[in-house]
Formats: sequence, C-alpha cells, structure tokens
Amino acid sequence: MQVLYGRHHVRVFRFGLRLVRDEQVAEDLISEVFLDVWRQAGKFEGRSAVTTWLLAITRFKALSALRRRKDVGLDDETANAIEDTSDDPEVVAQKKDTSEALRKCMTALSPEHREIVDLVYYHEKSVEEVAEIVGIPENTVKTRLFYARKKLAELLKAAGIERGWP
Amino acid sequence: MMAASKKMLDQEPSEIELLLPFHAAGTLNARDTRRVDEALASDPALARQYAVIREEYAETIHLNESLGAPSARAMAKLFAAIDAEPVRKLSVSVNLSARVSAFFASLSPRTLAWSATLGAVALLLQAGLIGAVLVKNQNASFQTASLSLNEPSSGPITRDLGSSIATPPRALVRFAPDARIADITALLNTYQASIVDGVKDGMFRLQFGNKAMSKDEAASLVNRLASEKIVSLAVATP
Repeated sequence: MQVLYGRHHVRVFRFGLRLVRDEQVAEDLISEVFLDVWRQAGKFEGRSAVTTWLLAITRFKALSALRRRKDVGLDDETANAIEDTSDDPEVVAQKKDTSEALRKCMTALSPEHREIVDLVYYHEKSVEEVAEIVGIPENTVKTRLFYARKKLAELLKAAGIERGWP
Repeated sequence: MMAASKKMLDQEPSEIELLLPFHAAGTLNARDTRRVDEALASDPALARQYAVIREEYAETIHLNESLGAPSARAMAKLFAAIDAEPVRKLSVSVNLSARVSAFFASLSPRTLAWSATLGAVALLLQAGLIGAVLVKNQNASFQTASLSLNEPSSGPITRDLGSSIATPPRALVRFAPDARIADITALLNTYQASIVDGVKDGMFRLQFGNKAMSKDEAASLVNRLASEKIVSLAVATP
C-alpha cells in the first residue's frame, strides 16, 4: 500500500483538487480513495490501468464531497454559474501573458470540462480510459473535450486573447 | 481534399478535429495517429488548431504541476484508518501459501542449500527403489507354458493300462487376454468341458466330459482346443 500510495498519491491529489478546489478536502479525498483501494484490492481485475481505477474512484469521491458541500454542482447551468474566486481572466490578459491567461481560463471551466481536459492532457488518458473513468460513451468523451476547448477559446477571447483558433 | 477542420465553431466538428487533443497527448492508436498525421499534413487550418491544442496541452501540465503535493497529514490519516480497520481473514489457501513462503523465507541461504541437496538425494533414492521394483515385476510380466509334473492332481490315481486312460481327459488351458466370458462359456459348452481347478499362473484346469478317452483321442482333443482362437495354450494334464 505504501508503494502504491507513494507512486500515485500526487496524481490523485491533483485530480481531486482540480475537482473540489479545496486542498483540505482534496487531502481528505486521497485518504478515502486509498482506504477504498485497500479495502477493495481483491476486486481490482487488472482489466484497466491502476491509474484509471484510482482516478475513477477519486472522481466518485470528489463528486460525493461536492454533493455534501452542496455549493458546486456538475450540470452545465450550475457549473457556468460558478464564480471563480481567482483573478478575472481579463486582468491576467492585461499582463500580456497568454500562458498565464490560459491557465486562469482553464480554472474557470466547469468541473465537467476541467476534468476532461485534465484527464486527456495531464493524466494522458485515452478516449477509452476517460470513458471508463467518467462513465460516458467514447464519442461523448471526444465531443465534450471539443466543447471544453471551445469554451476555453471563448473565455480567452473575452479576455482579449486571440490564438488563431477558432 | 475536403478540409478536416471547420471554419465555424457552430458547425459540428469533424472526426479528425475531435482526435487532435488525443494525438497531442499521444494516446491514439496507430491507425488514428496515422489518419491525423495525414490530415495535418494536408490541412493548414487543422495544423493551426493543432498548434493551439499543443499550447493547451503544455499549459494544462504546467497548471497541474503547480498544484503541489498533499501534506504528510493525508498519509498519516490513511494509515491510521488502515490500522483501525478490522483484521481481514485470509482464505485458507492464501494463509497456507503465505505460511509456506514465510517458512522458506526464514531459512538462511546455507540451510536452504543443504535442504535442497538432501531433497535431491532423497529423490534419487526414491527413483532407485521404484526402478528396482519395476525390474523385479518385469520378470513376472510374462509366463512360460511350463508344467510341473510334481503338481498334485485332484483326480483319482490311475494306472495307464496301455492305449486308454481310465479318467476323463484334462488339460491346462490359458485363454487369450482378449477372450470374453461369453466366448469362454461357449467354448466350454462346445467341448463339454468344465473348470475343475481355478486360475494358477494364469491357467485353468479343464476336464472334458465324464468318460475316459484313449490317449490319441485325448491328444486330438487337446490339439483341437489349442487351435481355438481364444485359447493361447492348451496342454494335456493328468
């Protein structure tokens, strides 16, 4: 368990933190995730990568934590209504730092969009693995990521940054 | 070639466009990777979009890496929770294998080497014993049609008075290994024979009829019997 924890806890923490946006909750989350893994180790069938299994559990735990907090929902309306507590993307864009603006806009994405962007880009999960983690069809994985990118482009455009796409 | 990218975001994205982020992350299979490569080579608009995706990819990694790592509190909490969990009962087989593993793990390399040597010697001795038993049994796996003249006869003691014998003829018979009971019964009926003595060295003692026969008649009968398909050996006997 120590080896498994040592190898994957940072990845689990970061994925959880991006979903729940609270370090304390994210830390509690990883304890819950690895405790579940310890309890259910016999159920792991090895059909998917360990990280896929861990991220799926993390996602489930994060959504449960969000529901408990009742301050963040996962539907688009609620997600779009989330007020980002960080700097306004426009303020960041004024610094003429596209990269930083991009990162800020990424944090402003809805939880649904954030998780798909993170899973594909940071956790380098394939279409099939994302479908397994999120529990959606593979085609939905592809279209959801496309619309997450579209939303990101809109946020950047609103911040005065044009990237040549769309 | 039709452009793979869409000029307007309001339009449905093409299949290749949908695959671009996965191509950037290197998670596409070989076939899709080749398709995207070919489309990128022939569609400048798609290549521009791909450049934007590469930027998103790099910044997502940057963003996530900047999140840091959890404190030691998370790990302490986890292992405290694991310690508080009730002890799980392992299955008997797992327990047994674990105990066997633990036993061998507890032996020093020297002890383990000596044990292995003793085990090998024991195996050789066992093989020798088995071989000796097999060789011994092999001598008894075939039998010759010898007949002991000293064998006591269950019939009455008679004296040969010339060309005839006073008692019904008898013969020691060995049936073929594949002879069936039905065949043997039929043969006994045909020859009006009965088994007067049980199996001895794989042979039966048969008596033919109730009347005495001349020596020639008895010899002829035994010869005829010996030529039967299910009889492998027939020898006249007192």
